[in-house]
Amino acid sequence: MTTVPAAAPSSGPGYTSSDAQALSAAPARPRPAPPGPVTAALTFAWRALLKIRRIPEQLSDVIAVPVVFTLLFTYLFGGALAGSPHRYLQFLLPGTLVMAVLLATMYTGVNLNGDLAKGVYDRFRTLRIWQPAPIVGALIGDALRYLLASALVTGLGLLLGYRPHGGVGGVLIAIALVVVFAVALSWVFTLLGLVLRSASAIMSLAVVVLFPLTLASNAFVEPGTMPGWLRAVVHANPVTQLVTTTRAAMDGTVTAVQIATVLAASAALVAVFGPLTMRAYRRHE
Amino acid sequence: MEAAAELAIQATGLTKRFAATVALDGVDLTVPAGTIYGFLGPNGAGKTTTLRILATLLRADSGTARVLGHDVAREPDAVRARISLAGQSAALDEDLTARENLRVLGRLIGHHSRASRSRAQELLDAFGLADAADRPVKTWSGGMRRRLDLAASLIATPELLFLDEPTSGLDPSSRAQVWDTVRALAEAGTTVLLTTQYLDEADRLAARIAVIDHGTVIAEGTPGDLKAATGAGQLHVQLAAPEQAPQAAAALRRVLDLPVRPGTDPGSLSVAGPAADQAALAVAHLHRNSIPVAAFALARPSLDEVFLALTTRAADDSADPAKEPVV
Ligand SMILES: Nc1ncnc2c1ncn2[C@@H]1O[C@H](COP(=O)(O)OP(=O)(O)OP(=O)(O)O)[C@@H](O)[C@H]1O
Ligand SMILES: [Mg+2]
Repeated sequence: MTTVPAAAPSSGPGYTSSDAQALSAAPARPRPAPPGPVTAALTFAWRALLKIRRIPEQLSDVIAVPVVFTLLFTYLFGGALAGSPHRYLQFLLPGTLVMAVLLATMYTGVNLNGDLAKGVYDRFRTLRIWQPAPIVGALIGDALRYLLASALVTGLGLLLGYRPHGGVGGVLIAIALVVVFAVALSWVFTLLGLVLRSASAIMSLAVVVLFPLTLASNAFVEPGTMPGWLRAVVHANPVTQLVTTTRAAMDGTVTAVQIATVLAASAALVAVFGPLTMRAYRRHE
Repeated sequence: MEAAAELAIQATGLTKRFAATVALDGVDLTVPAGTIYGFLGPNGAGKTTTLRILATLLRADSGTARVLGHDVAREPDAVRARISLAGQSAALDEDLTARENLRVLGRLIGHHSRASRSRAQELLDAFGLADAADRPVKTWSGGMRRRLDLAASLIATPELLFLDEPTSGLDPSSRAQVWDTVRALAEAGTTVLLTTQYLDEADRLAARIAVIDHGTVIAEGTPGDLKAATGAGQLHVQLAAPEQAPQAAAALRRVLDLPVRPGTDPGSLSVAGPAADQAALAVAHLHRNSIPVAAFALARPSLDEVFLALTTRAADDSADPAKEPVV
């Protein structure tokens, strides 16, 4: 803590000594060299963490949703679909993991949209920094949120009796794949956050897209009993691929091709929506 | 003004449309380096839009702007490295504390962790915000936020500082503090472009002023130039014999070709807007016509009058160019 400097003489008529003191206490500072891309992105990630610390309730979407869905699906459908909740859980858990994390991606867009509406980004955009840093940094923060959601779902599953054959390694691979895919999918929402007018518009679009996408997959039921057209939809659904791979990783049967497919899909999402997001970001007025 | 002084801002023919709204309709602006430059205009005139273009936040539809020698559209990074902007609405993170806001920005400007921490403390002390430094900004009053926003734009001293209505919503002592800060910055060599609704603020601070209305600059010069050019002062005449008022009014109207209004006192007349030498001739004319004058005064126009004269004239012109003011 610095000590308060003695009051300097008044700088002129009409000004109090505290004003003059104010100026002497804030001398000019030359501008340092601008930060590199990594420092800039990590600073934005730090900002995201500070925000989580200040308003922990914004984590409710990655805490409440996964917990509620895991419990609800296990006990609601378990008996009917698999004979017992415990047996259903073995099938269900990778599915709820995917659903919980994918649903959390919409908040990337919601948060970005809120920041833009408040003008905070105006200042960021007049700084000489690597232009994608604000978005990349926010996504690093989001990746931590997705990890938290994954840990919760997995931990709860283990408590309820889920036993992955793939062991610790399999679980870690599964979580890593889901988080990587979710971060890539988040670029879709950063674009929506920039293009759509309001947070509620993003939410409604996300719900209309994400819910059918996760439900019309093999996350909760095997497609065997579905009508043929729906089975075709489920097989074409990228969420199905992700769930299958996640399930295989947890079971310890995942193949290199499956992993490569998820990584390639993630890379494709970033390759398409990353540049679109940055274009929209630069043009945002 | 030294003609040779280098220019901080040189903008020509900036235009910008938002859907159907023409926000800027050919703005020209020349700001010499090292001065405080006032940018005045009524609501919706295009002040913020101009500032956002100059600060690389918006792209003009046409026209060019060079800021500190760099083209804003083609070399935005070079411009960003030298400017700072305190926008019209405080650009702060509401959820974070003031200290966290300043530290994040300090890191983004390129300070190391220690330096950003000490600079945050320095600015909080300087702006009298240290007591509330660790409270989330959303719990702050509007005036405190504006001061923090100004502090945030001074983490590194910019070569050019854009201030969009920096004192709106401030109490008189905070306003004086902002004025002091702006003056100190200018003395240290920073160019300041500030928009304001308070004309006395521009009058006190700015070396030169541009008045913008409907997206074009309608007047430019020193505050004195503007007052002289619009001649919007008031000539007040008190006649020795009140019953001569009708003849006196006719005589003044003949010389000045301006509407003459009776004052509140009997035998007093006033005319708005004569140039000083014309006013002198008019008073002499009364004397030659044997209308004794007990007292007369030419009130210097305030910048408010200049502003109203300029902007209402522009509004009349745009409403109907052929229309002459009715006497
Ligand atoms: N993002 C935008 N979308 C649509 N119209 C806009 C936008 N920004 C500004 N405008 C319009 O452009 C015109 C100029 O606005 P601007 O904000 O530059 O005015 P201003 O001089 O700063 O006014 P004020 O004194 O009220 O701040 C206004 O008619 C405004 O409605
Ligand atoms: Mg404005």
